[in-house]
Amino acid sequence: MELRKSYFADVRKDGLNEIGQPRPRLDSPGHVTGKTAYFADRNFPGMLHLKMVRSPHHHARIRSIDTSEAEKHPGVVRVLTAKDVPHNVYTILILIQIGPEDETVLADGKVRWKGEAVVAVLAETERAAQEAAAKVKVDYEVLPAVFDMEEALKPGAPIVNEYHGQNYYLYDSGECRKVRFGDVEAGFAQADHILEQSYQSSPIEHAPTETTGCVVAPEGNDRFTCYTNTQAMFFTLDNASIILQMPGSKLHFVGGTVGGGFGGKVDVIVEPIAILAAKLTGRPVCFIYSREEEMQVSSPRAAEKVVIKDGVMKDGRIVARKVTGYTDAGAYSRHSPYGAQKGAAHYPGPYTIPNVWIDTYCVYTNRTPSSAMRGFGVTIGDFALEVQMDKLARLIGMDPLEFHFINAYRDGDMKAHRQPTEGAALIECMQEASRAANWPVAEKYMAISSYGKGE
Amino acid sequence: MAKVPVQFTLNGSEKAEFVESGTTLLHALRDKIGDTSPKGGCHQGTCGACSVIIDGELRLSCLTLAETCNGADIKTTAGLAEGGMLHPLQRAFLDAFATQCGFCTPGMIMAAKVLLDRMPNPSREDVVEALSGNVCRCTGYEPIIQAVLTAARANSQNAA
Repeated sequence: MELRKSYFADVRKDGLNEIGQPRPRLDSPGHVTGKTAYFADRNFPGMLHLKMVRSPHHHARIRSIDTSEAEKHPGVVRVLTAKDVPHNVYTILILIQIGPEDETVLADGKVRWKGEAVVAVLAETERAAQEAAAKVKVDYEVLPAVFDMEEALKPGAPIVNEYHGQNYYLYDSGECRKVRFGDVEAGFAQADHILEQSYQSSPIEHAPTETTGCVVAPEGNDRFTCYTNTQAMFFTLDNASIILQMPGSKLHFVGGTVGGGFGGKVDVIVEPIAILAAKLTGRPVCFIYSREEEMQVSSPRAAEKVVIKDGVMKDGRIVARKVTGYTDAGAYSRHSPYGAQKGAAHYPGPYTIPNVWIDTYCVYTNRTPSSAMRGFGVTIGDFALEVQMDKLARLIGMDPLEFHFINAYRDGDMKAHRQPTEGAALIECMQEASRAANWPVAEKYMAISSYGKGE
Repeated sequence: MAKVPVQFTLNGSEKAEFVESGTTLLHALRDKIGDTSPKGGCHQGTCGACSVIIDGELRLSCLTLAETCNGADIKTTAGLAEGGMLHPLQRAFLDAFATQCGFCTPGMIMAAKVLLDRMPNPSREDVVEALSGNVCRCTGYEPIIQAVLTAARANSQNAA
């Protein structure tokens, strides 16, 4: 198989030859010489270390918090609890009107997942902060927890998050995001075969080599510079402004090279509390996740469950598809309502199906809040859809690649969520894949195009 | 807390510092001396991002106490380029697109340097073995392996 490293440059005659040519990355010289500055490479005299006291329970009421012993520990400068945070209840996507605010910066009266931040300890050294954090006494009353999405949706399940009032995100369309196209029941009645399958995935941690964190320096004029490895600079700036009740002009965010993100650094978690700590102590502050925190506390990709019911004809046409998708948001929304909504648009796949019925639920459980990761809302769905496509092909005794050609969407086809298909290249990609993988298909499939209906 | 004196050579320069007993070499290099090329990815000896060369041996600076390095000859990726000229390994990492986020790169280059110092013409298996203590989350390793093999070839051609 030939893999070309350069595209189009050889056929252009206008001198615009840069696109498609390999060029050295601008950041590589810094990487190979060790000169690239990551946020943690900033060091300031007198910098304090922030360590978080975290919930050991999946769901519990906080009866009391006693920080007196921690405050007396040598090297401790300040201990922060919920009452120190100006606007403690927030949600990241409030900036694009996806509410309600449902998450605490520091737990207030309740914890909803194991690992939730409860008390922040600031000390002269990392070790002193760690030792003092262990001396914070939190009296918990353990509450029943729910870890399974379908259990969470049953009547009588423990309510995970009172800011929602029920264990699902309430869309403007109701308890789930819905897509309705054609008449799915009529499609099933017409089908030669029906196949219903269920697909499930576990949460996945991004595991970047550089852990999440930030370094904050007070500038002495009530302005604060925050060096951070966020992947979402302006979400972080604006949410920090809301949480701290400070105008954005007081906050100077410096990003730069991120030591691996993969979507795991788009939440707004470390920066607001570190800026608050710098403001209240007047000292530079660093808050850097340990490897354990990165793996156990940072948002993973959501666990998902996808139930697909397809009606298919013997000639290979899929005539009906009904999908129910479940996204496990964990205890708080973060980016999951958006991910679940993306799934609703995506579940028909790159296929033209005349009758489609989709429900996607964003479900709250007492698990680690999930959030963005590479194609979230789509990636797990694609796994489910493509396994389903191969099963359907086997069911009717058809070559799976030919089965894909029969159902592939083409320009002009209306998608189930009412966006006309434009710029489709699935057929052309599959034709190239057929040749490259030496997986021949009937000549008629090699003759069709995404851009015309002629076969 | 009582401080202990530490003195060693870093990339050819004499360095002396007072550190708290128990301070890791990684912490001493990054936060006391200011060489931030070794990275802290796990602080528990599993990711290799903090790799440095101590007296010719590849070491994890996050598991090495600074006070055990008295008199040692320490090398880091920050000291590899000579007079503005990149080391053949650095050149090869650039040319092979062997860096993405770059966080593992300084440690990878240290591991590769120790390999090539001992074995100028390693096999692919030798390279994989030598880099097996260094985690990269971005590249899938293949460009890094190719970069090390390319640097080895460049070295042997220069020697010939």
